[in-house]
Amino acid sequence: MPLVFWLYFTTSRAGYVVRALINMPLVLPPVVIGFYLLLAFSPNHAFGRLLYAIFHTNFVFTFEGLVVASVLFNAPFMVNPILSGLEGLPRSLGEASFMLGRGRTATFLRVLLPSIRPAVLTGVILTVAHTIGEFGMVLMIGGKIPGVTRVASVAVYDDVESLNFASAHVYSAVLFGASFAVLLALLLVNKRFARTW
Amino acid sequence: MQKGLWVSVRKRLHGAAGDRDMEIEVSIDGPRFIALFGPSGAGKSTLLRMIAGLTGPDSGVISMDGEIWFDSTNKINVPPQKRRVGLVFQDYALFPAMTVEKNISYGIPGPSDKERMDYLMEAFDLKGLCKRYPETLSGGQKQRVALARALANRPRILLLDEPLSALDPAMRGTLQDELARVYREMPVITILVSHDMGEIFKLASSMFHIKEGKIIASGPPGDVFGGSNDRLKITGQVLAKQEQGVICIVTVAVGPDVSRVVVSRDAAQALSIGDMVAISAKSFNPEVRKIKIPL
Repeated sequence: MPLVFWLYFTTSRAGYVVRALINMPLVLPPVVIGFYLLLAFSPNHAFGRLLYAIFHTNFVFTFEGLVVASVLFNAPFMVNPILSGLEGLPRSLGEASFMLGRGRTATFLRVLLPSIRPAVLTGVILTVAHTIGEFGMVLMIGGKIPGVTRVASVAVYDDVESLNFASAHVYSAVLFGASFAVLLALLLVNKRFARTW
Repeated sequence: MQKGLWVSVRKRLHGAAGDRDMEIEVSIDGPRFIALFGPSGAGKSTLLRMIAGLTGPDSGVISMDGEIWFDSTNKINVPPQKRRVGLVFQDYALFPAMTVEKNISYGIPGPSDKERMDYLMEAFDLKGLCKRYPETLSGGQKQRVALARALANRPRILLLDEPLSALDPAMRGTLQDELARVYREMPVITILVSHDMGEIFKLASSMFHIKEGKIIASGPPGDVFGGSNDRLKITGQVLAKQEQGVICIVTVAVGPDVSRVVVSRDAAQALSIGDMVAISAKSFNPEVRKIKIPL
């Protein structure tokens, strides 16, 4: 959210650079992102050591690492819908709020975001959906440690590789069903939200 | 100390008809109802936005009661939040996720000023609409909410950017009366952008005619629009031409009405569809009768 806030109000060219960076996961193979994050988080490098010093947690092959990586990896799915929702609003909405004596933060939180509730929800849906299905990056950074970082999609891959089709079917069916249920539920909620005004 | 609003600014305008320089000097010494009149792209809205603080002039000074709001040489630019200017946008800009009540109280600073709120709801006849969302309101209702909201903060200047242009004539009339009444009750410097001469005559005590970024005439509306000795003068837009022998019948839209006027073929040659024309008559006495606007 602070990122979207900054991107919406900034007039600096840095905004374009940051937007390009945020959208990198859409273009690059997930494995590449995973590889770079693996290097970045590694305690053998300065950045990784810094992270360890601050959070006292290792981000490689751990659940925490998966969460951080997923946030970065899914950023475009959250940021893009919200940003385009904001940009679709008439400029006069924000300006009207300024005229009424309110600063950017109040304008953003009380006027702009509530006006694009459907876009915010779309961001959430896409992010959730995409996180469930993520594979390459999770494999790289999580290292599929059973019970810790072996997520469902990776489990399916393992089972198929070892010709364990029955187990693969179960995982796949559960993933399929769960994804469908989540999406459907979110869409329905979204529709109700949109109808309240 | 200079009392009232003083604006002396320059700005390069990038319009559809190419770039041109806007150069405006306006001084309004106290609570008065001023109209800005002129073709689209003349810089009327830009002037309002500069007073509001939403658009910066390239150079110049804007001050209010001696307080500098903008000064290019001293690099002063007071943000819109600190100017206490009420602005009603052309598209109303009501906050869609807030009720009518919330929209208005949003503009009241600090703990909600109950008295102010009640006054505004009463003055604009919004009591029954408190809990409604903007989407469910008619154009006239939205307009009233936008006005009430702009006045919530007790602004020192009220700016109205063609606030009534999207409404039907009957609604316009009602809201013009409302505007006039509110102005009487809370006199602040009010600047109205309008294309409607009738509206300007009705509301404004003084006006500026702006064209291509410059003020070409100012003064009471009667003086600015008057100026000729014609007994009757109406202006309108040519809708159609139809030749009939030596004469030509020109159809002209005058406000909400359509009139047909007979002109010579030569005169008709000079007119094309869409032209603004003045129809004047000197030698007969027109009949004037009051009409009822259907409500």
